[in-house]
Amino acid sequence: MNDPKIIMAQDVNLVFETGDGPVVALKDVSLDIKKGEFVSFIGPSGCGKTTLLRAIAALEKPNSGALTVNGMSPEEARQQRAYGYVFQAAGLYPWRSIAKNVRLPLEVMGFEKSEMAVRVKKVLDLVDLSGFENKYPWQLSGGMQQRVSIARALCFDANILLMDEPFGALDEIVRDYLNEQLLKLWHSTNKTICFVTHSIPEAVYLSTKIVVMSPRPGRIIDIIESDLPNERPLEIRDTKKFINIAQRVREGLKAGHSYE
Amino acid sequence: MNKTIFPIAVISVCILIVWYVFSIILNSSWAFDKAERNKVQLTFIELVDDTWSQKKPKLPAPHQVGQEMWKTIFYKKVTSKRSLVYHGWITLSATLSGFLLGTILGICLALAIVHDKATDLSVMPWIITSQTIPILALAPMIIVVLSSIGFTGLMPKAVISMYLSFFPIVVGMVKGLRSPDLLEIDQMKTWSASRLQILLKLRFPKSIPYLFTSLKLGMAASLVGAIVGELPSGAIAGLGARMLSGSYYGQTIQIWSALFTAAILAASLVGLIGAIQTLVSKRMMVSQ
Amino acid sequence: MSLFFILSLGVWIFAWILNIAIAKSKFLKIKKAIPPLLFGGSLLLIWEASIGAFDISPVILPPPSLVFIKLINSTSILWGDFVQTFVKGALTGYIFGCSAAFAVAILVDRFKFLERGLLPVGNFMAALPIIGTAPILVRWFGFGWESKSAVVTVMVFFPMLINTIQGLQMSDRIHRDLMQTYNATPAQTLIKLRLATAMPFIFNGLKICSTLALIGAIVAEFFGSPIKGIGFRISTEVGRFALDMVWAEITIAAIAGSLFYGGIVLVEKVVTFWHPSQRGRAY
Repeated sequence: MNDPKIIMAQDVNLVFETGDGPVVALKDVSLDIKKGEFVSFIGPSGCGKTTLLRAIAALEKPNSGALTVNGMSPEEARQQRAYGYVFQAAGLYPWRSIAKNVRLPLEVMGFEKSEMAVRVKKVLDLVDLSGFENKYPWQLSGGMQQRVSIARALCFDANILLMDEPFGALDEIVRDYLNEQLLKLWHSTNKTICFVTHSIPEAVYLSTKIVVMSPRPGRIIDIIESDLPNERPLEIRDTKKFINIAQRVREGLKAGHSYE
Repeated sequence: MNKTIFPIAVISVCILIVWYVFSIILNSSWAFDKAERNKVQLTFIELVDDTWSQKKPKLPAPHQVGQEMWKTIFYKKVTSKRSLVYHGWITLSATLSGFLLGTILGICLALAIVHDKATDLSVMPWIITSQTIPILALAPMIIVVLSSIGFTGLMPKAVISMYLSFFPIVVGMVKGLRSPDLLEIDQMKTWSASRLQILLKLRFPKSIPYLFTSLKLGMAASLVGAIVGELPSGAIAGLGARMLSGSYYGQTIQIWSALFTAAILAASLVGLIGAIQTLVSKRMMVSQ
Repeated sequence: MSLFFILSLGVWIFAWILNIAIAKSKFLKIKKAIPPLLFGGSLLLIWEASIGAFDISPVILPPPSLVFIKLINSTSILWGDFVQTFVKGALTGYIFGCSAAFAVAILVDRFKFLERGLLPVGNFMAALPIIGTAPILVRWFGFGWESKSAVVTVMVFFPMLINTIQGLQMSDRIHRDLMQTYNATPAQTLIKLRLATAMPFIFNGLKICSTLALIGAIVAEFFGSPIKGIGFRISTEVGRFALDMVWAEITIAAIAGSLFYGGIVLVEKVVTFWHPSQRGRAY
């Protein structure tokens, strides 16, 4: 689209009615995300980052405010297959092989059979899992399952990738490796990525923009434009620039009483 | 609360309506035959009135069943052979005694299976297999064999109820006693707990939900056992006997009222166990 | 006390000791079938010996040998009874009742209101002594296999219904959200996701109902039957004190029941190969 703002939020408010009374998940959230950015959302539990991601995905509806994706409402964007969603758990179907799992959205969306096979192969190559087509999810490690989940989110050419703490359940070594792979993927596919995380180093390492949020009510405390270079080996986490940005994130979290 | 009560009420009312409609349909042929013999034409209202008040209807209307139950529960002497309370008590006593025995024996065997490997390997497969075979088919034989050695009345029926409730209890308790995971048992071992202590402090409390589930199954099975046990002995006393004699003499209303009494009995017994379960779970702070 | 009885007692004790040894041994994995067979076999031996030793009249309790002889000699009668009760009564009622329950469950799943009303009512009905409907159904459908089939249908309907409904509720939130991000229609979500996650529960219901079906068909025959059928044969032969025939019929019923159940377990293994319980993870 000619509008460079892929995702635009203006004074978005979202309240959940729970058994213990209303919970303000999002309060006056305003944010612009441009094409090709890698945006991380970081904050403690209850700060609304997952809720915001789900609102963008049209899985939750804001009570007030404007939220557009690709220039249209989130529901319309979803119908236009604008985004792929990666959940915290891989969510692979154990009764389907890896290839069939990746095919699932293509089946639902009605792609041609021949096209499906081509796309499945392409995305499995992208995440370095070619050769695993006929294996079953339980035969793969947690990290590999998440890579399949990412492949699945890429196979129908969505230009946005929404990722909700995808590496949270993995150990740190696997996590580092997957962080690197994700950056490579981002460079080669040029998607706009929204990434929710708990980990400060992860947020700073991956993103071009970091959105710091805090809870009660869920709101944005700080938006940090990262000036780290685009090429990022893992060692960059020991440089001064990196540490400074991480410090700024930490200060934002403190200001939002996230450590209490 | 309202969310569940309203749909249940609506469904129940629908069931009643469907029942009334079907009793018109099923009883109508008899009504039409009678009208033809009397050379009369039936209006719709007359048809409905007739089909809902026949003496030996194919499908008794709900109010007919209700009236019969009311009459034979509250208006007959409790000792009379027409009283549903009398018959209900006969069936209930067999059910309860069989259930009690089955539960005690079942728990004992479950304890043996969990603690002794030889018992586990030899006996447990047979217990599991017994769930796939129709044990209820043994009922007539047990009645006849026991009565020929002189045991009649309550005892043979209680025996049937006992072995019908025995199997679900064993299976459920074994599952429950084995439900603690390795971590919890290892924790106990680090405290040098004896097998008895592990049983009393860990296995038994953890098996309570499983126990109650199988108690409900066992109770329902006991009741069915007692009812079926009343069939072979010439059908004199008990709810099953009442159903059988009703079917011999074409007294459909009698059959239905005995059936409903059995159903109410089953529901109350299972409900009682459920209520006890809720109480125990609350005291143990366990989620049901 | 007869020598035979003492010998068989000895065999039983020896078998038990052998079982204890097997229980302790490390070769357990391969020979898991031995202890129950040893146990059952030695029990049969004691049964056989007790008849002679305690002077039990074979009319009251026939020894296994007599039962076996009767079984071999009456294959045509037994086969006829089997077909009448199992194939015509139990199997037809089972297929009809389970399919009806499945269809209703899918319907109920579509309309949440129905589910909230039907699930408690269904649970209630499943706990009732449905076998009591047998005399009524014999009245309506006559003495033939049709009434037994009807009893079986009613007996298996509610357990199958509540198991299927529970199974359909089983899919994870994540899986359903994923389907929502693909804009899947409810029908697509049902077919591609929820039916598969419901399978373990559906098969649990099918297994429970297999036992109920056979019991229902047999007991329904106690309430009236043409001159064949397992239940019919049991009740009449019991009246004639021909208990060897009764035991022969019970053996046939037991074999039929276990094979039916075993067959369903085999199909379950194939269909739900992906479920942790089928993958042999120790629990």
